[in-house]
Amino acid sequence: MPVTNYRTDQEFFVDMQRCIGCKACEMACSECETNGHESMIHVNYIDRAVTVQTTVQVCMHCDDPVCANVCPADAITKDEFGVVHTANTARCIGCSNCVMACPFGVPQKKETYDLMMKCNMCYDRTSAGKKPMCATVCPTQALYYGTREEIAKMRPNSTPVNNFIFGKESVSTKVNIMMPKGSTSLIID
Amino acid sequence: MAHLPVSPEKLIEQFGPHLNYPPREGFAGRDEPDKVVKTHCCFCGMQCGIKLLVKNDKVVGFDPWEEFPFNEGRLCPKGVQRYMQNNHPDRILQPLQRKEGVGFTPVSWDEAMEKTVAEIKRIQEKYGNDAFSVLSGVSLTNEKSYLMGKFARVALKTANLDYNGRLCMVSAGAGNKKAFGLDRTSNTYADLEKAEVIIVAGANISETFPTLTHWVWRARDHGAKLIVVDPRVIPLARTADLHLPVKPGTDSALYGAILKYLADHDMLDHDFIDNHTTDFDKALAAVKDYTLEWAEEITGIEKAKIELAAQWWGKAKTSFLLHARGIEHHSKGVDNVLGCINIVLATGRIGKPYCGYGTITGQGNGQGGREHGHKCDQLPGNRDITNPEHRKYIAGVWGIDEKDMPGKGYTAYELIEAIHRGEVKGLLSICFNPLVSLPNNNYVREALEKLEFYVSIDFFMNETARHADIILAGSLQEEEEGTVTTAEGRVVRIRKAVNPPGHARSDTSIILELAKRLGAEDKFTYQNSEELFNELRVASKGGTADYYGITYQKIEDTMGVFWPCPTLNHPGTPRLWEDKKFATPDGKAHFNPVTYRDPGEITDEEYPVILTTGRVVSQYLSGTQTRRIGKLVDLYPEPKLEIHPELALKYGIKQNELVQVTTRRGTDEFPANIVETIRTDTVFLPYHWPGKKSANQFTPATLDPVSKIPEFKVCACNLKATGVISPPSTASGAYASI
Repeated sequence: MPVTNYRTDQEFFVDMQRCIGCKACEMACSECETNGHESMIHVNYIDRAVTVQTTVQVCMHCDDPVCANVCPADAITKDEFGVVHTANTARCIGCSNCVMACPFGVPQKKETYDLMMKCNMCYDRTSAGKKPMCATVCPTQALYYGTREEIAKMRPNSTPVNNFIFGKESVSTKVNIMMPKGSTSLIID
Repeated sequence: MAHLPVSPEKLIEQFGPHLNYPPREGFAGRDEPDKVVKTHCCFCGMQCGIKLLVKNDKVVGFDPWEEFPFNEGRLCPKGVQRYMQNNHPDRILQPLQRKEGVGFTPVSWDEAMEKTVAEIKRIQEKYGNDAFSVLSGVSLTNEKSYLMGKFARVALKTANLDYNGRLCMVSAGAGNKKAFGLDRTSNTYADLEKAEVIIVAGANISETFPTLTHWVWRARDHGAKLIVVDPRVIPLARTADLHLPVKPGTDSALYGAILKYLADHDMLDHDFIDNHTTDFDKALAAVKDYTLEWAEEITGIEKAKIELAAQWWGKAKTSFLLHARGIEHHSKGVDNVLGCINIVLATGRIGKPYCGYGTITGQGNGQGGREHGHKCDQLPGNRDITNPEHRKYIAGVWGIDEKDMPGKGYTAYELIEAIHRGEVKGLLSICFNPLVSLPNNNYVREALEKLEFYVSIDFFMNETARHADIILAGSLQEEEEGTVTTAEGRVVRIRKAVNPPGHARSDTSIILELAKRLGAEDKFTYQNSEELFNELRVASKGGTADYYGITYQKIEDTMGVFWPCPTLNHPGTPRLWEDKKFATPDGKAHFNPVTYRDPGEITDEEYPVILTTGRVVSQYLSGTQTRRIGKLVDLYPEPKLEIHPELALKYGIKQNELVQVTTRRGTDEFPANIVETIRTDTVFLPYHWPGKKSANQFTPATLDPVSKIPEFKVCACNLKATGVISPPSTASGAYASI
């Protein structure tokens, strides 16, 4: 008997060009009571003095999650679907190793709870066959959750990329960033 | 008469705005709601579909309504948080009466009604029927809009009824009627998807209608060129193919120059112009001298950019032009709208797939609210109150003699002037907060203080209601059945999710009881909202905004019906003008000549900087609702003055420094936000805040001669650095509404 209705054909796609900085995603994420009404997704201005460009910072759910690898308490786990879960509250010791190790700067230490907290791909929803709340409400679909076929049809000028180059390190992720058509990787530095 | 009964601080302490956050421990019952109600957001004209989760007669959360065709579950931050207005601690739970030195004290409904009706009768007997006035709001449903119009004309018998749509899209309405004979966006927004060129003029879509952005982005996925006309680099302009940073107040010069360019380069649809329009020659004659060089001088936009925009527009096979308050909030708002329509008509791209034009209504029922007769010059069905045939028809529906129907009254700001003159002595307002939303609001405050009697129907104590003699505790959107009409022209159902709390009542029941006590009970016998809607349908029949074929059941079955829908078997009209038969008397679309003129106030040595106003994504209109929702206030707690680094340098202004802004109407201080995303001669203030944080203490009351919309978007100001660095904005800024 399946214990979950997680749809393995659906993926998360982030398109920064479409982000209007409205923070509907933060509002929706912070509605989740399991997060203590904290948002696990963050929208930031690049440099408000010169542009209104914003970026969305969401857990990329790395194939080989360094946050989990460096956790001394084995509090962070990746499941069979590739979802990297937030710290197990019974195990997390609040050391912030994961915060410092993540190449995308995603995990945050919440002092209120003395815990690391990060996005778990809305597991309460995705495990029930629903889409993550942030992607559902995103008014511009800068955040999209669906199949590769859908995104290919919807965004003919873009390509999903999930390979990131940090110096000599290559990091592949479950979450995709939409890049100009034909792109294969994103060089960060 | 109506000075505040106690200090504003005391009123704020008692009635807010206070910030409402979800409880840390979560809402009890959210996981197991008693019911899930499919309804719509209570804010802007998109009217996104949303599901409200209800437990124990309280809204405890929301779920996206992914099947609703316009937004498919998508919401903006206001939509996500809209449920937090329900069960709010500031909610007015019973009728209140002002008591000098005490504030507002609860009274029974009977006492409140008796006092209200006695004062109405006293004023009307002493000064005449028109001395009692009504200001209504377009957050009301279609049913309530219709009811307010009928109530004013039949029960109060006053001509002086107007609405806050007067501050919204009346310029567009007037322009649309002149050009097309009908006032509605021509297409559904889905037609944006395959438009080759999109012009967005004076519409900060990403912050005011965020869910509409999706359709623009989809168009761009299909290769559409996006042209954004705005003094600021708004979020939509960030990736636009062309941003035209127009000098505030000069928009009509831009569209005039484009029209001339189209004609000079023969980028015209001659067949459409010859067979389906009138007065093209007159429109062209008005712009014969409007060269690109002239337009560059007037608008401040490089002529090469204007030329490129004209070329793209001229050569496209499909196109969509959208505008909003940025071109409509002007003393020549109608001219600006007609300038846009002229370039649409010149290229004949209307009434076809992926070709459209329209205004984007700002308020929740901005579209429907301007069709059903709570406007000073209008009767239901978008009929004209001065037209004898229209008057006769509506008098017949209402069962009154046509000669007993009042004529055209004052528009909203004119009404304030009439109060100042002593001509109008009494006021009833519903869902309208003029002390924040009207221009030159210190003058508005003085008017409120001159009223002999003021009664407000509202669910929160807004800044204007603080001046009331009686406050009647009304209802939120989710507390009454009804319909609204979205910015696309789609009539949708508002479903009652919960009952009004405490002793609050539905707005409809309040108006019906007032009508009864005023002796007009036999004309107001509705048992429910559907009966009201059915009378509205009949009243609209044969009018340009014809709802006759729309029923509650039909809306349920189809998730919305587009008007006009003249018969019960008619499917509705998502795209107008496909038959090229326009709603004008001659059946043709009309070009209108637009000659450029300056805005009402221009800069000079004393006031050398242009001040323009607008909105931010987390706040809605006068903030009566959104300044009470904690997470929305946290996003943008207080207004900041956007200023370009060059202008900041000129005045020695540093980032976050308090800047003294002075106009001919007021002076106050705001923290500076120095950004390159604004013109170098213009500063920007958002207008959702009251008192010392109010942008409308500065704006002038120069009115458009046709639409009577005030010029919110242009005034002359002076700036002075104060040397005080403002501390970081905090939520407490929202309280400073004194």
